[in-house]
This record gives sequence, C-alpha cells and structure tokens, in this order.
Amino acid sequence: MADLVLALIQTAALLALAPLLTGIIRKLKAWMQSRRGPPIYQPYLDLAKLMRKGSVVSEDSSWVTTITPYVCLISMVVAALLVPAFVTESLGFLGDLIVLVYLFAMTRFFTALAALDAGSTFGGMGSSREMLVSSLIEPAILLSFFTVALLTGTTSLVSVTSVIATSGASLIGPALLLAFAAFLIAVLAENARVPVDNPSTHLELTMIHEAMLLEYSGKDLALMEYSSMVKLTLFVTIAWSAFLPWGVATEITAPALALGVIVFLAKLLTLAVVIAVIESSMAKLRLFRLPNLLTGAFMLAFLAVMSYFVL
Amino acid sequence: MGPVREGPKRWLVTLGTYSFAATITLGALATVAALVTVRKERLCINLSFGLSALASLMGLLTSISVFLEGSMSFEFTAIPFLGPFAVVIDPLAALFLAAISIVALAASIYSLGYVQQFIGRYSIAKFCALFPLFLVSMVMVVASSNVFLFLVFWELMSLSSYLLVAYEHEEEGAASAAWLYLVMAHLGTACIASCLLYLSLMAGSLDFHQISLYAGQGMTELARSGAFLLALIGFGAKAGIVPLHVWLPQAHPSAPSNVSALMSGVMVKLAVYMLIRTAFQFLHVDLMWWGLLTLFVGSLTALLGVLYAIAEKDIKRALAFSTVENVGIIFIALGAAMVFYAQGMMQIAALALVACLLHVLFHSLFKSLLFLGAGAVVHATGTKDMERMGGLGKGMRYTSILFFIGVLSISAIPPFNGFISEWLIFQSLLLSYSIHDVTVNLLMAIALGMLALTGALAAACFVRIFGSVFLARPRSEAAKHPRESHRSLLLAMSILAGLCLATGVLAAQIIPMVDQASTDVIGVSIAGQLTDGWVLEVDGGEVSSVSPILLAGLLGLMIPFAFILVRSWGGRTPRVKGKTWDCGTPLGPRNEYTPTGHSQPILRVFNPFLRGESSLSSDPTSSPYSRRGMTYSSSIPRLFETYLYEPVARTILGVARRASIIQTGSVQRYLAYIFAALILLLLVFR
Repeated sequence: MADLVLALIQTAALLALAPLLTGIIRKLKAWMQSRRGPPIYQPYLDLAKLMRKGSVVSEDSSWVTTITPYVCLISMVVAALLVPAFVTESLGFLGDLIVLVYLFAMTRFFTALAALDAGSTFGGMGSSREMLVSSLIEPAILLSFFTVALLTGTTSLVSVTSVIATSGASLIGPALLLAFAAFLIAVLAENARVPVDNPSTHLELTMIHEAMLLEYSGKDLALMEYSSMVKLTLFVTIAWSAFLPWGVATEITAPALALGVIVFLAKLLTLAVVIAVIESSMAKLRLFRLPNLLTGAFMLAFLAVMSYFVL
Repeated sequence: MGPVREGPKRWLVTLGTYSFAATITLGALATVAALVTVRKERLCINLSFGLSALASLMGLLTSISVFLEGSMSFEFTAIPFLGPFAVVIDPLAALFLAAISIVALAASIYSLGYVQQFIGRYSIAKFCALFPLFLVSMVMVVASSNVFLFLVFWELMSLSSYLLVAYEHEEEGAASAAWLYLVMAHLGTACIASCLLYLSLMAGSLDFHQISLYAGQGMTELARSGAFLLALIGFGAKAGIVPLHVWLPQAHPSAPSNVSALMSGVMVKLAVYMLIRTAFQFLHVDLMWWGLLTLFVGSLTALLGVLYAIAEKDIKRALAFSTVENVGIIFIALGAAMVFYAQGMMQIAALALVACLLHVLFHSLFKSLLFLGAGAVVHATGTKDMERMGGLGKGMRYTSILFFIGVLSISAIPPFNGFISEWLIFQSLLLSYSIHDVTVNLLMAIALGMLALTGALAAACFVRIFGSVFLARPRSEAAKHPRESHRSLLLAMSILAGLCLATGVLAAQIIPMVDQASTDVIGVSIAGQLTDGWVLEVDGGEVSSVSPILLAGLLGLMIPFAFILVRSWGGRTPRVKGKTWDCGTPLGPRNEYTPTGHSQPILRVFNPFLRGESSLSSDPTSSPYSRRGMTYSSSIPRLFETYLYEPVARTILGVARRASIIQTGSVQRYLAYIFAALILLLLVFR
C-alpha cells in the first residue's frame, strides 16, 4: 500500500512541478540574456488566468477541437503515472516504455488533427511540420528505449530504473551513453525547444508547436499549455530515470527517499540549465536543416542498439 | 458427415459442423437467389446480401465452436480417382474464418445500402451473384485440407475477385487494374501450385495432414528451400509484398468499397494463412535464413508501403498502400517467428506468431472499417481525390467518428487494437537478444528500427488522411453538401469500430484464442505466461507489462471527469463561435493545407527512396519578383513498374516477336515442324 501511495504522491509532484520547470527555464534564459524576467511561478498565474477566460472557437472546427485539450491532458496524466522520478515505484504494470511513447504519440496525433480542424494555414503548417519532426524523432526515442530494454532485459520503466540504479557502474558503456545522447536530442525536438522549434516565438513562419495551438484560447489553451509543460517535465524525468537513474530511491526508507528527492530536483535543474544554455546560445535551425539533426538522433539511437550487440 | 468426438459439449461440435455446412449452403443460395431475381433489383440486393450476412454469422458460429471444443473435420468424395477431400477447421483455420466472417458480415450489411447506387448503371445481379461466391471461396480456402481442393477454391477466389475488381468497368483504370491483378494472381498461383504439387508428390498424397507428416522426409535441403521460396513468392504476390505488390494499389481501390474491404481486410491475409501452413507445418522451418529473408522483405515492404501511402492523393489507393505496409509488419512478425522456431526457441516463436496472428486479425478489422468509411465518403462526394474533399465531418458526423476509430486503431494509439499487436511485435523482436549470432541480432535490430520508423510514418499518414477528408472547410463544390451515410453503412461500420475498440481493450481475453491457433503451429502454448486476464506480460529477464483494460479504463474514466472538472472550474466561461484567424485575407479553400502540402516536408526528406519529381512554373510574362499564374506539379514515379516490370515485359515481348518468325501461317510448314519435333524427340528419348 505504501508503494502505491508513494507512486501517487510522485505523480502528483510531477504534475504540480511542471509549470515550475517551465518558469525556471524562462528565468534562466532571461538571466543569460541580461533580463530580469518574470518570476518562476509566472506559468501558474498564466494558467490560472487562462482558466478564467472565455474562449473563441472557430466556426469551421468540429468535435476534434473540443476533445483534443482533454485527451492531451489525460494522456499526459496517465503517462505521469508510469514514470518513476525520485523513487522506483509507479503504476508501471499499466504500461511500459512503449506505452509511454504511444501516449506521447496520442497527444501529438490529436494536437496535429486539431491544428488542421480550423482550416487555417498556420495550423496546417504546424501540423505538417510536427508530423515531419515526429516521424523521425519517434523512432529515435523507441530505439534509445530499446537500448536500455536490451541492457536491462525489460521494457518496464520502473524495472529499467531500478536495474540500472542498483547495478553500480557495470552498465555504463557506449550503448547507454549513445542512447542517452539520442534521447537528449529527442527532449529538445519533442518539446518544441530550440534548435528545432522556438517555444516563445509568435513569428508565423518559424512556428511548429505554437502554430498548432493558434486557434485555441481560454480554458482550452490553458489545458494545451499545461499538457506541454507536463510533457517537458516527463521527458526530462525520463531522460534521467531511463538512462542515468543513479540517486533514485530504490527502497522505501526515509534517508533514501530524502536523497532521491534532492537528487531528482538537482537533475531537473541540471537539464533546465542545459536547455536554457542551448536556447540562449543557438539559433533555431532552418526547417529543412532539421532532418539532419533528427536523423542524427535516429542514427545515434540505432548505433546504440548496434553497439549493444557488437561490443 | 459429422464429427466422431464424444464429450459433454458434443452438441457444440455438432452445431459447429452444421453451421459450417450452413455457411456454404447459404452462400451458394445467395448466388442462386441473385441469379433468379435478376429483374427485381432491390429484392435481389436484399436477398443476396441478407443471405450473405446470415452465412457470415454461421461462419462466426463455426469458428467459435472450434475455439471452444477443438478442431472439426469431415471428408467427402467428389471426384473418384482423387480420393476423398478432407475439410478440416483447426484453430488456425478458425481464426482466419472468424476474420472472414466478421468482415463479410459488416460488408454484407454495408452492401444493402451501398450497392443501390449501382442500380441502373451496372448489372446488380452480377454483383449480387459474385459477392457471395467470393465469400464462399474464401471460406473454403481456409477450410480445405487437400491440395486439389485448396487450389480450386484459391483460383475461384482469384477469379471472382477479378470480376468484382472489374465491376465498375466504365470507371477509368478499372479494366487495366483488373487485368494487372489477373496476371499477378496467376503468376502467384503458378508458384503456389508448383510448390504444393511438388510437396504432395513427395508425400505421395494430396492430403494436408499426410503432407505435413511425410513431405519433409525425402527432400534435400535445397529442395526444401526451393519449395519455401516458391511459397514465399506465390503467397507473397497475393499478400502484396514488395516488389510483388504492384497490382494491390491498383486493384483494391478499383473494386467497389465493400469488395475492397474484403480484399484488403481478408483476402491478402489468406496468403499469410497458407504461408504459415506451408512454412511451419509442411516444411517445418528448419533453416534460419528463411525467417531472415521473410523479416527483411517484411521490413522493406512496411517502409515502402507507408511512404507511398503518404504520397498518395487518392483516398482508396492510400489505404491500399497502407495495406502493403501492414502486410510488411505481418511478415516482420512472421519472419521473427520463423527465426526463433529454427533456433528451437519455441516460447519466443509462439510469442512472435501470436503477435503476427493478432495483427492479421486486427488489421482485417480496422482496414475494412477504413475502406467502408472511404466508400461512404467517395459515394457522398463522387470523387476519390482527397484534394477535392475537406470539411466532410460536419455533414457526415457519424461517418467521421467511425472512420476516426479506424484511424486511431491503425495508428496504434492505445488502447485501440493496433497498439496491442505492435507492442507484442516489438517485444518479440527485442527478445532476439537471446540468439547469440551477431548477424541475426543486427538484422533484428534493423527490423526494429524500420518498424519504429514505419509506425511513426503511419501516424503521419493517417493524420493527413483524416485531416484532409473530414476537417477544415470543403475544397470543392463536390464536398460542400455531403449527406450522412445510409443507415446500413453506419451499422456495418459501427460493428467494426466497436470491435476495434473491444479487441484492443479486451486483448487479454482475445489472446488465448489466438494462442490456440499458434499452438497448433508451434506446438507450445504461451497464453498462460502472456496474460492473466488483466495484464499482458513478457519476460525477458525482468518482466515488461501492459494492461490494456486498465489503461482503457483510466483513459475512458478520466477524460469525461476532466471535462466536467475543467468546465466547472472558475465558473462557466463563455464559448463564442468566431472566424478562423485569417491574417486579413478572405478565408477560402486556398488558405487551407491540402494533402499534398501536408505531406510535402516528409516526402522531401524521404525523396532518396521515392525519387519523386516536382516542378514550379509561372506565367513567363509576369514579373520575376511577384509571379503570377503559378503552377506546381509533383509526381512520384512507379519505380518497380519502370525498372523491374517493364524491362521484363519488354524482354518477353521481344523474344515472342523473334519467335513469331517461324509462324508463317502455312500449314505445310507447321507439318514440317511437327515432323522435325517428332524426329528430335525420338532421337532424344530412344
């Protein structure tokens, strides 16, 4: 029972922390660009404001636009149930790494359709580009997951985390590191970060993710924004839990849990800094340069699987 | 006739036998009824498809009774010197029979409304007579346990479907598509017949059971491999593997949609069915490279199939290419099962075969749903071109929702059924690490990568199809006022859509049935390890699990809950209808993304595989800085036709032309040829 409660607390923490992570990244970026920037809790305020606003729905749109925000929200909540963050407990029997990938696919699928629903050019552009990015990055994610699955003998994320965390350094090798590198590119690509997309842009021709949300307003927009914040948090968490989980609590004792929480927060912060540095120091890539980066991620992940067998 | 089993549920077996007999009888009756009521067209439709629907229900009953009580069989003698013909429905056959029955049931109900559009344009009786014939021949293909019987019905299946493909002969391309189909089907049948007849020669019997016992014994490794290759080519041509797929994207879309559903949903699977029998039961897969070859061909087929599907503007042809893709996925799983079998890893082989059979079953459900939906859309708009559709979701709300369920299933979105089979295929490929052979490992890894890529591209493909057909605004006059489909069409699609969701959610309950079929082939049951009714588990050292039923329950409960919660949070906020953001330009069909535009980035990235060409031209008199009269055209060449089939066809025609020199038309000279041939033969066979 304790493990179930712990798993639920962990999920609640992930869901609650998501806007904060976005706020932290924004703050870090502001500092690097010599701005003061909004407070790190600003995303909470933004979401609360949007929840109180009315919404305008395109007269061309259909039921797809209505249900998409809820599908996105719930698929991310269910995904959050499957991801171990600071302790190796979760509702992992519900689904494994492959289920996670397909829950993300579900969010993307509905978002890309909702983008087409209103019949605006921007929505179509966003949808089309999102499918280009995902068609290259989703296999990269799957292959990097398969690498750790081969290393640990399971595709269940909780088991992966605990096997790697308890095995000392014996699993560190080219396979794990290549897979981690591929997944880091995926974190940027899947969450609309520079150099793939710019989350703070509203310049029409460079948008991918924002273009898809263009027709949303009010509560619906709040849900879509919140889902993408949760998605970012989950990706950052998975990057650590699936590849470099050391520090996570593998047993339910107070010191282990305390250490797990501290290490987890430190890990979140580390990747937040990495993302902020990348976003402040790089420009967004031209759209048709993107495939080079994305196929690069795919090849890294593929090499990871290969090196598991060959080395 | 009648089984000889004794047991508490003997009545069930009897019921199975009788319902099987009823399937055939009702099917035959439907054909006869159609021919008798030629002049009364509505009566003809109702009688023929009503009886077909009943026949399908009886077929379903037969396969259920086989799953509950085990195989049923009987023999009959039709031609004295060929011995008795055995009809056996074992669990493997029953699984395919179930797929045929379900799809045929839906297609028959659908036809009640759908075929009415042909009244006055084409012969109704012809369609109503051929449809049940096609159905019965497919049922008999899986039920036959005798080479002669099998070949007869296999041929009948090809011929009846050929006539159905050519049914709308006034449509452009239908006749040539049907002709191509006929040629490729017979090329395949030639390979299949030589393989099966050779095997029965070796076994000294035409009976499948005898062949499975004795055929392998007297054959060398080379002969067995030759027989396998013949089977792979023959059945591969029917299933549509690359490069033998060329007929499929021509023939499946040309047929009326209810027939397309049967062809894509079921007929291509019958090739998989017989390939499984030939490879595992007749030839006992003892060489690993057979599996690796199948795996490789499957990977190639899957990737190319989905790429061509993304490039396609014709909705039915896009679905047909997606069938090619899914056949590829099925072959990947089948190839993996063969590799594990040849390695003696029966548990993993059983897992891969269960995954393969599940994908066969699931694909037949969602692909026929999609074809039926496409038929409804084509009927409503009068065009197959997705460029000219758009916005149909408003007028055809129910059709769009049902089609959407098919789209979710084929894109492997959990908890729909496509996800379950994909999950199992991934799991079985991952277990290949237990084979300690680097070549095999690398090939399996490539298959994993290709499968992952295919899955992502398939999602992109179906976002494009659904988005450009049902969402946004209409892009042509034809799409402006669509009417909701006829009740019978909606009912037929609802059955399939319901099953797409149910088989996904209740996968743990379906698997024991599929496992029976695979146990038949592999000899090892895996259902007990794979599922306990709640979760699916695969053990690769540590346990990996997924629980479709709980996942579905969570998603199904939480989405409405979130809906209510969010709508009431912070008071009810106003929801106003407004115009789409238009940047100040008037909104029209030209502002929308078209299917061509949507897939252009992906096609550009994958162009090295497709070798597509595009050109942009503008009015030469306009200023180079603001061009007017712009025309964009793009085309994807048919690589296999141009570089493989046309050279072969040219060579054959060239040789034939050379040989025609000796055909002068003079009787004396022909007599001289006969005399010369006779002398030659006497010299050779003295």
